[in-house]
Amino acid sequence: MKRWQFLAPLAGFVVLLAFLAAGLNLNPREVPSPLIGKPAPEFSLPRLDNPALPFTKQDLAGKVWVLNVWASWCQPCREEHPLLVDLAKRSTVPLVGLNYKDKPADAIAWLGRYGNPYMASASDMKGEVGIDYGVYGVPETFVIDRQGLVRFKHVGPLTPQVLRERIEPLLKELNA
Amino acid sequence: MPEFLRALAWPVALCLCLAMACAGAVMAQTGGTAQPAVADPELEKRVLAVSVELRCLVCQNQTIADSNADLAVDLRNQVREMLRQGKTEREILSYMTARYGDFVLYRPPVNQATALLWFGPPLLLGAGLLTLWLILRRRSRMAASEFDTDDEDMAAAEAAQRQDAR
Repeated sequence: MKRWQFLAPLAGFVVLLAFLAAGLNLNPREVPSPLIGKPAPEFSLPRLDNPALPFTKQDLAGKVWVLNVWASWCQPCREEHPLLVDLAKRSTVPLVGLNYKDKPADAIAWLGRYGNPYMASASDMKGEVGIDYGVYGVPETFVIDRQGLVRFKHVGPLTPQVLRERIEPLLKELNA
Repeated sequence: MPEFLRALAWPVALCLCLAMACAGAVMAQTGGTAQPAVADPELEKRVLAVSVELRCLVCQNQTIADSNADLAVDLRNQVREMLRQGKTEREILSYMTARYGDFVLYRPPVNQATALLWFGPPLLLGAGLLTLWLILRRRSRMAASEFDTDDEDMAAAEAAQRQDAR
């Protein structure tokens, strides 16, 4: 027993290392959303392409849909944009944009340049709906089910992996 | 005073000093928040009081009172608006948690998920003090002859021996 006692600090150190290693692999920017499993917040915003028309959550009632929060000033949005354009081509799931704290003219020009994958975009110029959805880093992507419940949220630019392994299987499952 | 208590006095004093230094740093931090620059200082004071309880999710180690990030400004405005509507601080905090989760609270609530966070440090400190106490107690009961001689003492003794031999 005594002979092995010198190993105690080493064992403590290994435990500490394990904690540190686990900590390094966590992403502190990924804050779990309390909205998962809860009804997606209601909104009524002007449409980006036609501000006279209101766009509400009710327009999508009974459908499985994807909400993507984007802005023309947001660099990472450009990164993920080709993926959304591609998704829109392959899938029939309505892809809705929430144009967050943007100038409509800039946003429309941006869609003109990079392509418009959205069924429609809602203009959240003041970011109020963004707050309701707990948006803190654009882009963010939500999957909402037929009952209007938030089923999935991704913060930051989408990657082919997230799309392939999380979002598309979920859409398939919800639409089944 | 028993020997081990005297031996403990220094580490305990050190821990207390550290704790006070930390508390001082925290107070200095909250003291350095941005000054309200809008009319109605009474309302601004309340906005600030709520704002220091909320984490800025863009710059996570700041409160929304400290941060000038866009979202922090928006959330401060939201707090101001809700206070104007006569909402209580508790109502505002639960509004924020419903959207951003417990993480938005700068003072995490005590619950199952945060138990380790709240009670871990005192437990570790307690375990450390207990270990220290056990070791010191054992040593205070050891006979003087059981201790190894320090290298320095050894060197001095050898030097003395050499001198004697001359």
